[in-house]
Amino acid sequence: MIELLTAPLAYPFMQRGLIAALLVGLVCAVVGVYVVLRGMAFLGDALAHTILPGIAVGYLINGADRGALFWWALGAALVSSFSIGAVSRATRMREDTAIGIVFAAMFALGVALISTVRNSAVDLSHVLFGNILGVSESDLWRIAVFGAVVLAAIALFYKELMVITFDPVLAATLRLPVRFFDFLILTMLAVAIVVAIQTVGVALTLAILVTPPATAAFFTHRMHTMMIAAALLAMLAGVVGLYASYYLSIASGAAIVLTSTLIFALVWAGSHLRRRSG
Amino acid sequence: MTVSALTTPATVATTVPALAIRHLTVRYRQTEALSDVSVDIQAGEQIAIVGPNGAGKSTLLKAIAGLQPITSGEIRFFGAERAEPNTIAYVPQRLQVDWRFPVSVSDVVLMGRVGRIGLLRRPSHHDRLLVQRALERVGLAAFANRQIGHLSGGQQQRVFLARALAQEARLLLMDEPLVGLDIPSQDEIFRALAALRAEGVTILTALHDLQQAARYFDRVMLLNRRLIAYAPAREAFTAANLVATYGGHLHLLSSGDGLLTVADTCCNPTPDGTL
Repeated sequence: MIELLTAPLAYPFMQRGLIAALLVGLVCAVVGVYVVLRGMAFLGDALAHTILPGIAVGYLINGADRGALFWWALGAALVSSFSIGAVSRATRMREDTAIGIVFAAMFALGVALISTVRNSAVDLSHVLFGNILGVSESDLWRIAVFGAVVLAAIALFYKELMVITFDPVLAATLRLPVRFFDFLILTMLAVAIVVAIQTVGVALTLAILVTPPATAAFFTHRMHTMMIAAALLAMLAGVVGLYASYYLSIASGAAIVLTSTLIFALVWAGSHLRRRSG
Repeated sequence: MTVSALTTPATVATTVPALAIRHLTVRYRQTEALSDVSVDIQAGEQIAIVGPNGAGKSTLLKAIAGLQPITSGEIRFFGAERAEPNTIAYVPQRLQVDWRFPVSVSDVVLMGRVGRIGLLRRPSHHDRLLVQRALERVGLAAFANRQIGHLSGGQQQRVFLARALAQEARLLLMDEPLVGLDIPSQDEIFRALAALRAEGVTILTALHDLQQAARYFDRVMLLNRRLIAYAPAREAFTAANLVATYGGHLHLLSSGDGLLTVADTCCNPTPDGTL
């Protein structure tokens, strides 16, 4: 039995993948609590997709250097997230409509750019669906450092972020710097997405941002407990998913997301049963 | 200058009004929501703002709170051009709050202190004490650790009154706080308002029940885009003023002990929101 758990760890790529799954789960789940509570899921998904042209341009300029691609992805995410407000203001459109138009176009641009590169099929699938077993040691360091910065920002501004999320009107009457905190949340979301893309890819990022906090919401009633529970659930899903992917030979990103969804379904069923019996 | 709710009950013994509104006009695109409103509101008074739907009650409250840009005119707060930080509390309509949000009652009340605590600081013992005291004042001490969704409608509304107390606000603005509440819950709110009166808080409440406005408030403001009257209810509720405010929606009947008014002013009350 113990053999089953330790055998995969003989491979360094599995060790790195495991650490990546834990770190990414932690950071994305905590940031995801804001995504769920603020109703930013659609924005999060769109942002993840708009990173593609950034990665494509980075690839055309710097080649397959993962460190450089990380910065290109982060830059694209930040530019996209800050331009949403500008687009919806300029066109007087509903924000979700603006997101739909701009970011579908960005994603198409990314696909177009990548398709100009010969032999790109493998790389594109890594961008779309992640490649957690290809994570290098320097990738891990980047994830750890950026994740730590995001978590530190949340710890420092916890009470202000809570007010702005729960009651923007109170934030305005207390004259909190609302725009600064809105930017901060967008920036943290961009970082979380870029970090997540390394493990689960563009297409599945939304799931690891949203599913663990949504699961935690069933049984937590305070924001900090929701964050802790979501982080633990996400890390559990990361580890279980990675082992499942090893033994069942399925794509790791998909295995992590499906595990997370399974946990969600179990917790939902559990809370449903408890409510009926209680 | 700050007023501590713990030590000094705010006795502003000057004649400077809490609010001095001069020629206030608010326009949304073509339509004028408020037109040339001028009024002085004395510190410590409790004012009911009444008027038909679309009279500009919410607009007035939001303009005072700084949430709604003013087209022209001015609002002075205790003589100053701008309200001191943290002195205004605005209680949203109950429907605008996400009651499933993972916060406890005391979390929400503590939010009122966030501006005073300041960036990068944690709540002190003093802050927690004020939260505790505010909850006692509105009769919610036993519910401090409840998630806000697990409260009745009246209790939910009182959480926001406690938050205004903890904030040490000098001016409390409430937009239809009684909508969707049953009578016992409404009475609880009025008892909580009495607690704020003891702290010397000036209160402006948009209301649609004229009887409650007359019974519980020092003065009433009759509003229909322009200010029709601002006086104690006995003086303000004259036939001429009521007709000017409500126009055709109002039916006046002479009854034994005075004037009976049947107003059709309602605001789509929700099916009772109590849990």
